[in-house]
Amino acid sequence: MFSFILRKLATVIPTFIGITLVAFALIRMIPGDPIEVMVGERRLDPEMHAAAMQRLGLDQPLHVQYFTYLGKLAEGDLGISLVTREPVTKEFLTLFPATVELAICALIFAVLFGLPAGMIAGLKRGSVFDHGVMGAAMTGYSMPIFWWGLILIMFFSVSLGLTPVSGRIAIEYDIPVKTGFLLIDSYLSGEEGAFKSAFMHLILPTIVLGTIPLAVIARMTRSSMLEVLREDYIRTARAKGLAPTRVVVVHALRNALIPVITVIGLQTGALLAGAVLTETIFSWPGIGKWLVDSISRRDYPVVQAGILVSATIFIVVNLVVDILYGVVNPRIRSHK
Amino acid sequence: MSLLKIKNLRVEFGSLAHPFPAVDGLDFEIERGELVGIVGESGSGKSVTMMALMGLIDAPGRVTADELVFDGHDLLKLSPSQRRKIVGKDISMIFQDALSSLNPAYTVGFQIKESLKVHMGLRGAALEQRALELLELVEIPDAKNRLNAYPHQLSGGMNQRVMIAVAIACNPKLLIADEPTTALDVTIQAQIMDLLAKLQKEHNMGLIMITHDLAVVAEMARRICVMYAGQVVEEAPVAKLFAQPHHPYTQALLDAIPEHNKGARRLSALPGIVPGHYDRPTGCLLSPRCRFAQDRCRSERPQLLGEAGRVRCFYPLNIEGSAQHG
Repeated sequence: MFSFILRKLATVIPTFIGITLVAFALIRMIPGDPIEVMVGERRLDPEMHAAAMQRLGLDQPLHVQYFTYLGKLAEGDLGISLVTREPVTKEFLTLFPATVELAICALIFAVLFGLPAGMIAGLKRGSVFDHGVMGAAMTGYSMPIFWWGLILIMFFSVSLGLTPVSGRIAIEYDIPVKTGFLLIDSYLSGEEGAFKSAFMHLILPTIVLGTIPLAVIARMTRSSMLEVLREDYIRTARAKGLAPTRVVVVHALRNALIPVITVIGLQTGALLAGAVLTETIFSWPGIGKWLVDSISRRDYPVVQAGILVSATIFIVVNLVVDILYGVVNPRIRSHK
Repeated sequence: MSLLKIKNLRVEFGSLAHPFPAVDGLDFEIERGELVGIVGESGSGKSVTMMALMGLIDAPGRVTADELVFDGHDLLKLSPSQRRKIVGKDISMIFQDALSSLNPAYTVGFQIKESLKVHMGLRGAALEQRALELLELVEIPDAKNRLNAYPHQLSGGMNQRVMIAVAIACNPKLLIADEPTTALDVTIQAQIMDLLAKLQKEHNMGLIMITHDLAVVAEMARRICVMYAGQVVEEAPVAKLFAQPHHPYTQALLDAIPEHNKGARRLSALPGIVPGHYDRPTGCLLSPRCRFAQDRCRSERPQLLGEAGRVRCFYPLNIEGSAQHG
């Protein structure tokens, strides 16, 4: 198992270097530079522009800039924001937990509902439930996140007044930051109503962000279940005289989960992308919104760091998925 | 009293308006400790019959029978959960492709112990002991370590041995082997057959050996049932069946054995395939493929008749005093 993990880790390194290059190049391919954006409509003296660029180190040839960036990165330094002049790491660390909290909740929501729904749909193929779930999944998958979020806000927040419209917690609470996860911090603070407020604020963003992964997981679980139920070893399990629930839970589910776990891993990508939109709709102070703002400001270090971190999360999650895959599927593990 | 008695078994698929009988009025009996071969080409309903016996035919398949009695239990009257107490314990089954019939996600040991836990209530050391004993019984070398192996780490022959261990775990009274050696190469085939024959004798099990290869059962079985298109067409003791086959289909199967074709340029084969849903004849089911077929064969269904050996044919072959064909 240990060598399995090591082998997987070795494949991560070239991917990581590739990402730094892409992150570095992409943002510089967008026309305009940070100084021009800052100045906006006003005309700027070319000499002053050049001086500003020199001060930021942006007058250097690209490859020099890239290697300076790599060198600092190796020391764990993500640079300083060109706009706020704050260290990127510091900004990132204050915003990141909000995104993680939202993404984890969305994933839990998606798995909690998607897995059983897909399973039952697969077991009761062709039933009303099956058609209902698959229809809903198709709708959910095709739904534009932006529109879906607004519809939910209009219905639950505006018409029914059940949930708050935006933010992470009601303004009257001042929760000391311990973990960065408001759900936990508010609980630890012991302030009355704080946890409930944080929870209520999470509901709609969770649903909005979790909808697409939920649909994908439900569909995948269903088709995987259908496939596994046709396998010979299911017939064997039934021929052993095992109860139907045992056949499904012990013999079918474990094998059916193998592709589902892969899909869940791939959904992290969708979650990160979805977080950008969801955070914008609900004014959720996470890295998604921060990243969008930085792109329009041409804040090179922030964008580079954002892309790098998102990609790293994606890689790490898929690494975890690969490892989990080996746990669930013994055939992977023993291939030397 | 026979161990298993099946009378007029029908297994139908398709709609109620246009049912397709995969098994069509099958009668079958087996005694305790008896070894019976069931022979027939693909699509003749051998496996479906056994699946029906195991209670593994799902809707929309429909199973009906006048009698389906195993060891004094009327299987048709039992609730599904009562039936599961018999299936896997007193009747068990092994299948063609052992690798795909074992669950890839669990160790061999887990899959053997599962039956022991569910049916015998074994736990702990006794369970471990019995699982090991079973692997040794099916002659798997280094049994202790093999308990922790996954099916993909074992060869086809080893996996079939594991399947046999699972099947005989609870000392069944009847073991059904559905083409157990088809996926194996010839030397392994012989080993598995020997093992099955040995276990059958030692444990006095009834053993139904399903195959499409007459040669496989010729040496082992006392009695052979020949099936065609969901019906038994001939049933006789082995020696008699080989010496004097009465049904043209049996004759054709025997003719197709390569050893019977020495010197011939082409293997003797029966033309055509088993009739399907839309070309099922009104008369004898073999009539379109039978070179002896006459008008009566095309319009009327023959019954399975006879005492010592039974045959389903209006004009059986090799019967003294009757008109000989061919």
